[in-house]
Amino acid sequence: MDQTTGPRSDNPRVGLFVTCLVDLFRPSVGFAAIKLIEQSGCRVEVPRGQTCCGQPAYNSGDKADTRAIARATIEAFEPYDYIVAPSGSCAGMLKMHYPDLFGDDPDMGPRAEAFADKVHELISFLVDERGVKNVEARYEGKVTYHDSCAGLRELGVKQQPRILLEGVQGLELDEMEDSEICCGFGGTFSIKYPDISNAIVGKKTANISASGAGCLLAGDLGCLMNMTGKLTREGKSIEARHIAEILAGMTDEPPIGGSGDAQ
Amino acid sequence: MKPASRSFKENAVKALHDDGLQQALGKVRYGFVANRAKARANLPEFETLRDQARAIKEHTLAHLDVYLEEYEKKVVESGGHVHWAPSAADARDIILRLCQDAGAHTVTKGKSMVGEEIGINDHLEAAGIKAVETDLGEYLIQIRHEPPSHIIAPAIHLTKAQVEADFRDRHKDLPQDRILEEPAQLVAEARAVLREQFLAADVGITGANLLIAETGTSVIVTNEGNGDLTQCLPRMHIVIASIEKAVPTLEDACTILRVLARSATGQEFATYNTFSTGPKRPEDPDGPEEYHVVLLDNGRTEMLGGEFHDMLRCIRCGACMNHCPVYGAVGGHAYGWVYPGPMGSVLTPSLIGIDEAGHLPNASTFCGRCESVCPMRIPLPKMMRHWREREFEKGNMPAGFRLGLKLWAFAARRPRLYQTLMGLGMPVMAKLASKKRRFAWLPLAGGWTRHRDLPAPQGKTFQTLWREQNGRQ
Repeated sequence: MDQTTGPRSDNPRVGLFVTCLVDLFRPSVGFAAIKLIEQSGCRVEVPRGQTCCGQPAYNSGDKADTRAIARATIEAFEPYDYIVAPSGSCAGMLKMHYPDLFGDDPDMGPRAEAFADKVHELISFLVDERGVKNVEARYEGKVTYHDSCAGLRELGVKQQPRILLEGVQGLELDEMEDSEICCGFGGTFSIKYPDISNAIVGKKTANISASGAGCLLAGDLGCLMNMTGKLTREGKSIEARHIAEILAGMTDEPPIGGSGDAQ
Repeated sequence: MKPASRSFKENAVKALHDDGLQQALGKVRYGFVANRAKARANLPEFETLRDQARAIKEHTLAHLDVYLEEYEKKVVESGGHVHWAPSAADARDIILRLCQDAGAHTVTKGKSMVGEEIGINDHLEAAGIKAVETDLGEYLIQIRHEPPSHIIAPAIHLTKAQVEADFRDRHKDLPQDRILEEPAQLVAEARAVLREQFLAADVGITGANLLIAETGTSVIVTNEGNGDLTQCLPRMHIVIASIEKAVPTLEDACTILRVLARSATGQEFATYNTFSTGPKRPEDPDGPEEYHVVLLDNGRTEMLGGEFHDMLRCIRCGACMNHCPVYGAVGGHAYGWVYPGPMGSVLTPSLIGIDEAGHLPNASTFCGRCESVCPMRIPLPKMMRHWREREFEKGNMPAGFRLGLKLWAFAARRPRLYQTLMGLGMPVMAKLASKKRRFAWLPLAGGWTRHRDLPAPQGKTFQTLWREQNGRQ
């Protein structure tokens, strides 16, 4: 940690919203997130009353189930000073959409608003809320960074990951063309319209390959699983990791989907 | 036109394998998208202008009855006529009757999406009146018997070679050995052919980008000048416009024109912005003797005040589709009706019904790029989600998907059960993948694994590992 800027001494209590994909597919991202949040001078807890942010139901039009999931999540996280998620998509759901779900509910409406105020995506939390400018991490190689849609457009996550990546020793960031264009994942979209999703991710992997980077980074595991799934299918040897793994210096785990050690 | 939105999926697959279309779509990125970005960067107050434009439309929609009545009064004062058309069929009948009363044989048309919405050309042709599209793109799709594939560039799906072939096929009386290689040669040929139609036309039909209440003026925005010839040369000018095109004042119209051109083509201002108020006055050197406005509702008053109210702010710039990854992959025809892309995915179900257009609001990744570039800041993803909610309530969802969703939601609402199930399942899945750390195929995941691998889980879930490290909480 950069001693000139942090850690701060206020020692707030952070509830980690793990996200369902990190919970199920890549727990190491959760541990990387905890390390980074603790380094920024916070205490981290993982409330048990969480599962998923509810987007699969929400974006399928199932409002009743979404509300039930949202209510449980809000209740589980109400005691914390901050709620942090290693995903722009899930943080966007908690922050931007939970209040909409309870718009006219006199009890849950204000609670959802108060909850939403405390929600942050991991990397922007570190930079914007905790004033982190530098992390002590090392990664030898060229990386490229995909701006996941919800983080970028709902939460304004753009410069924060680049600021922190710049401080990683040995790392060179080679921007891909159209890093802000959707990878074609879109949650259930990728299952409902697989051919269109494939066409979109095909353009993305072409841009990733053209960047010359050996490692693809992003702040959302869903997008990463989509993009690396396409890269490995294409036989490319570009590995994929969540940005938190690099920033926390936790790259011992094999990359997502085993990309990089392919074939 | 008969909607083909039900077969969106099949249309999309066809589009993905259409090399000519894919080649044509590839140009959007370096044309419309790059030009809009440049125009935005060159105007520091662009974001403020967007807010002003949105406020104008919001205000107008909140008082739409007042402004439409004021508009009608001013049109009548300037010697024109206003016809109210509750439905597409009403609008068609009104226009046909006007054309018949004028003894029309040939009608020229400026580009009009509302004209496409009501299917005016087929209606006139069926009554023996020749309708000729005069916008180059519209002319191309008319001779190909196709619907538009984009709201401002209706023939964007065509390549130059296709246009050349169509012209040779259509313009048989021209020399066969003429050279038609350069865009300029194609444009010159279309111009020459259309010039005769302009002179022969008895009636000119245009759309309207704006209707100005304080002056009773209709405004069209074009880059070819064809709209001006369409509305000035024939004896009668018919404007077909939907009711949400109204704005209060000339000043308001100019604000909207500034964001419209930049959002649509990246121009600071379109080449021709033509304001028409009433028929030819005694002192005017030219212009139509009769001026009629057909105001179309066709479901729009139903949208006022409801979940899709904000959609009525749309000024038809096309920025949402230019920036949409789904539109960029499949083009406009896959959407199966008049309005493609994100704006169509919200509007089409309102106009032809969600049962017909159910796919459209689902075919979005919700990446939000459409909303971010929309000059009117219309929350397009949110409204697509509203359609999904209505579909879910009606049970319009494949049974398997619905069952899967319900089972998942049952567990997701119960953290202990969910964590137990997943804690048992994920290690098994990880073992199945073994050393490869990914699946090339998995039962029930065919939609995913047809095109890409599924990364395998690491092993135990985070929740399991966390509790092991921290003791039972």
